[in-house]
Amino acid sequence: MTTLSIQLVNLFAAFLLLLAFAMLAQRRVLTLVNLYALQGLTVVAATTVVAHMTHQEHLYYSAILTLLLKVILIPWVLHRLIKRLNVRWDIETLINIPSTMLVGIVLVVFAFNLALPISKLSTSVVPGTLGIALACILLSFMMMITRSKALPQVIGFLAMENALFFAATSATYGMPMVVELGIALDVLVGVFILGVFLFQISEQFESLDIRNLENLKEE
Amino acid sequence: MSPLVLVFISPLIGAIVLALVGHRPNGRDINVIFSFFTFLASVFLTARIVAHGSVFALDRQFFIDSLNVFLVTLTALIGFTTSIFSRPYMRIEEERGKMTPNRMRLYFSMYQLFSFCMLLALTTNNMGILWVAMEAATLTTVLLVSVYRTPASLEAAWKYFILCGVGIAQALFGTILLYMAAQKVVGHGQNPLLWTNLNAVKFHLNPVIMSLAFVFLLVGYGTKVGLAPLHNWLPDAHAEGPTPISAVLSGLLLNVALYAVIRCKVLTDGALGNHFAGHLMIGFGLLSVLVGAFSLLRQRDIKRMFSYSSIEHMGLMTFAFGMGGPIANFAGLLHMTVHALTKSAIFYAVGHAAQKAGSQIMDQIRGLIKISPTVGWGLMMGTLAILGMPPFGVFASEFLILTSAMRQLPWATPILLLGLGVAFAAIFSRVQPMVFGETSVKRLPHPPALLPVFIHLGLALMLGLYIPTYLNTWFLQAAKIIGG
Repeated sequence: MTTLSIQLVNLFAAFLLLLAFAMLAQRRVLTLVNLYALQGLTVVAATTVVAHMTHQEHLYYSAILTLLLKVILIPWVLHRLIKRLNVRWDIETLINIPSTMLVGIVLVVFAFNLALPISKLSTSVVPGTLGIALACILLSFMMMITRSKALPQVIGFLAMENALFFAATSATYGMPMVVELGIALDVLVGVFILGVFLFQISEQFESLDIRNLENLKEE
Repeated sequence: MSPLVLVFISPLIGAIVLALVGHRPNGRDINVIFSFFTFLASVFLTARIVAHGSVFALDRQFFIDSLNVFLVTLTALIGFTTSIFSRPYMRIEEERGKMTPNRMRLYFSMYQLFSFCMLLALTTNNMGILWVAMEAATLTTVLLVSVYRTPASLEAAWKYFILCGVGIAQALFGTILLYMAAQKVVGHGQNPLLWTNLNAVKFHLNPVIMSLAFVFLLVGYGTKVGLAPLHNWLPDAHAEGPTPISAVLSGLLLNVALYAVIRCKVLTDGALGNHFAGHLMIGFGLLSVLVGAFSLLRQRDIKRMFSYSSIEHMGLMTFAFGMGGPIANFAGLLHMTVHALTKSAIFYAVGHAAQKAGSQIMDQIRGLIKISPTVGWGLMMGTLAILGMPPFGVFASEFLILTSAMRQLPWATPILLLGLGVAFAAIFSRVQPMVFGETSVKRLPHPPALLPVFIHLGLALMLGLYIPTYLNTWFLQAAKIIGG
């Protein structure tokens, strides 16, 4: 029973890592949003399994919160944004996907090594997942660096938040409820502000290419 | 009702009220009134702490000791004086068509929410809530940075949002690790994220986890402190937003972020029993001093220049706290106070000077003293104060930092002196022709609010000449809490 649960959490963790790589290589904005929603769903599934396994009641609540926020509400907002901004069929020209993936693999190895001494000390039932969570954080970070459009950068940012949530769940069985609520509120407000922002940017520059946003430099 | 509750209630109600009526002409007065109430409440809170010592509130979720109570007062004071400064400043901006009534409403409401977030971050005992409040502070100010909707301000706000967002995400990972380390040692039924609980068991926290946690926390909160090389957002956000926002970013936000780093350092020092955290802070601090000072040389925009000066000074404070020990900590706390007062005073003067010249480019601001002696002298005195001229308070704190550096880390002293010297040459040579010489500036349609400038400079002067006994006791107690 417990072994099955542990296996399941590990499976979900592996799936998260796979999704992080998929997002790194995905050029279409629309698919990116769907991948983000899928990532949220995986996190929800992992959280539910951990909650069932450890009988931590508050984890069920945070799973429900995540489901509402990151699987339903935020992807819906992002879809609407895409529609309103008319970037539905946008395809980004990414430079050199294979080498990006290779750097990604190096990042994963680095993250696993960094997390190894800590996972050993962890009292959690699924200690190995901390490395995967850290790897996902770094991959999302890399995604933000390599993108030149505003919306994919935002999605990278949100994916990083998902990975952080997964880290909290797997390493510590979730933060206290009041903190989780605070973080969820911050994320929600952040998404709305970003939406407002994207409109302002596209009005001002008539495109969402953040290469327009590179004028502030030292003379 | 306890003063602590009032400290929170006042800006919260203020934010709601101003969200409804902030577009009216009297919105600016309402903003001042609420800020004044917050300040009053913080004074009462301080009086209580002075009389009774540190207190817990609301089921130990809030904790006030000597370290944060003086920052609460400082935050409320600068919040209040900046609201006085915003009255004429934002009125002129509105008449020049840069602000619309709706934007004014956003501005005032977010201003109050920002105060709320700062005070929450300072007084909370919960490391998770500290993170939430820091992130919320970014969210409230990001729309203010872009409030003019110019391409440059949008770019600045985007950079601010993304860089601080990524930075603060690292701090969240650090907090998760902290929680993980704490879960093992904090007893059952006690909240392992409360700083006081952590502080009680800090010698038993796992050193491996804590060292990694501190790296993430330092990088995360350090981004908000503006430590090099994570400082890129800071000059843009300061230069492109409205000047009152530059004043509160420099005077308050950076201090509060540094406060978060200090709280984490206390725990890490206890767990590790060595100077790992201190050494990291010394490294980041020195680098920021150098990067800040040398970037000053290349600036043309006056607000950009003074924001690099903030980077330099935050580096100096981080260095001081990194060294640790009673004298360096005392100096760091004093420097936090006088820098916040002086830098916000400078931004008030700079704001009016730029309005008079119609430009933030320093070459176009000339001869302030002829048209308006008070703005000119305010800028000059502020500049001398921030450059560390005696008898202002910055001199006292920099002197203390330098002397303790000579004793504890002799090799760092020449680096600090180089940074301070370069900053002096860069800033003084720019400000001098702006204040004196042939004039190029016009009168303002409304009298500028210069009272805050001289209140701040007066306080900075007083702290340079004489530190009141109760303040001295506070600083000493706070320095003891930081330890190291």
